[in-house]
Amino acid sequence: MKLDIRGLGDLLIGDAQADRVVPPTGFTAWLTLFSAGAMAFLAVFALALSLATGRLAERWGDELARTATVRISAPEAQMAAQTAAALRVLETTTGVARARALDDAEQAALLEPWFGPDLPIDQLPIPRLIEVIETAEGFDADGLRLRLQAEVPGAVLDDHTRWRAPLVRAADRLRLLGWLSLVLIAGATAAMITLAANAALAANAQVIQVLRLVGARDSYIARAFVRRFTLRALGGAAIGMGLGCLAILALPSADAAGGFLTGLGFQGWHWLWPPVVPVLAAVVAFFATRAAARKTLEEMP
Amino acid sequence: MRNEGQPVIELEDVAYNYGGGELLSEVSLSLSPGSFHFLTGPSGAGKTTLLKLCYGALVPTSGQLRLFGQDRREMGRDDIATVRRRVGVVHQDCQFLDHLSVEDNIALPLSVSGRDLLAEGANLKELIGWVGLRERAKARPPELSGGERQRAALARAVIMSPDVILADEPTGNVDWEMSQRLLRLLIELNLMGKTILIATHDLALIRAAKAHVQARVLRIAARRLQLAGADL
Repeated sequence: MKLDIRGLGDLLIGDAQADRVVPPTGFTAWLTLFSAGAMAFLAVFALALSLATGRLAERWGDELARTATVRISAPEAQMAAQTAAALRVLETTTGVARARALDDAEQAALLEPWFGPDLPIDQLPIPRLIEVIETAEGFDADGLRLRLQAEVPGAVLDDHTRWRAPLVRAADRLRLLGWLSLVLIAGATAAMITLAANAALAANAQVIQVLRLVGARDSYIARAFVRRFTLRALGGAAIGMGLGCLAILALPSADAAGGFLTGLGFQGWHWLWPPVVPVLAAVVAFFATRAAARKTLEEMP
Repeated sequence: MRNEGQPVIELEDVAYNYGGGELLSEVSLSLSPGSFHFLTGPSGAGKTTLLKLCYGALVPTSGQLRLFGQDRREMGRDDIATVRRRVGVVHQDCQFLDHLSVEDNIALPLSVSGRDLLAEGANLKELIGWVGLRERAKARPPELSGGERQRAALARAVIMSPDVILADEPTGNVDWEMSQRLLRLLIELNLMGKTILIATHDLALIRAAKAHVQARVLRIAARRLQLAGADL
């Protein structure tokens, strides 16, 4: 659809007299306000879902793609020696940028979600983990496995590919679903506002008749209705967006509990996205009402 | 633009069909600038239809209709809107926007044509006073009496200083005194050079008008338009 800059300009400038020709009340006013508000509320959640899954996919796709883990399972007495041997192998492996063994505190933090705090890790036969960061070129996983097998019998290399790929795919699908939801919400908003505009135009047939009688052009009549519905949609969507943001803010913080669901929110500059929702709702309302008004006026004798 | 003296509205052998039947047939009419016409005939004869043809609300089934020199069939909606700014219409049922005040309703033609209401404020007040509605300017149309509504409709019809005023039974819902007052207003407008066409049943009104202006009386009978008898 061609962007009607002049039409949008006229809409913003407005015409106080033209605004008054459309009766200010009626069920269509509430219908538009409510549907725009409800849709904006849902759009904020869809947006938050898309952005959160986007972050997740990015993290799993980029950050985890460059990491691997070596797990050392050995008797207590051999643990330090095997860890040092594995680190030596890793230091001499092409494609490994750096490798380091996690200390007890870091391992305890990893287990904390399952075993709770203050885990006596030194009393448990827990394997030692070595975090491996790859270079951009990456390493030969099969070759490294063979070397570790030969020099460190208790070492197992996990390059995360088994579980990372489906997670990244799932996150990407979720992000796509989020954006699809936004498109569907925009479509549903357009449909509801079109219905409301059609109902308003039909209910105000006499108003249109009087306006035509006194020399109003159809563009003037359409503009009056379009402006009324666009501003209503903007107002309703602004309220819905505000409530949606409050609901997002009321979710438990990611830092406090961790995990994907608690990370369902906006971070940093992503908070600039919600205010776009009412503007988009107004743009959708503008084009939906304009199309409805033009069609109805064309069909009216 | 029309030349001075040329008809503002002209019908030539116009027919109009409605609901499968012919409502008007072979109608020819020429309204010159500054002329005063009455249109009579029984109810359902087609007076309102003829008025609607004259302000472009209807398109003739056959024949030629020219509004300010333009062929009606070649006119788009915007052209019709432009014609409506040059033709003031007073309907029998006086349609208003009920959510606006009387003053705003009278100013409506100015609003829709983009005129500056502040600049026109003095004229608007004067006009409201001229039709005797100064005290009722802020009232809503449903609060007005029949006569007040007719006067408000007349004020709205003339606020753009149109070339032509078409009135459909303007005295249909008012008493004799009010009908005389409305007639005086219309005569005054005609003396200012406006073309007037009034559809009415009221023969007394026609006789009263003929005492002041040179008015032609037309009659629709058997779907055709003819000059009325000399007894009028």
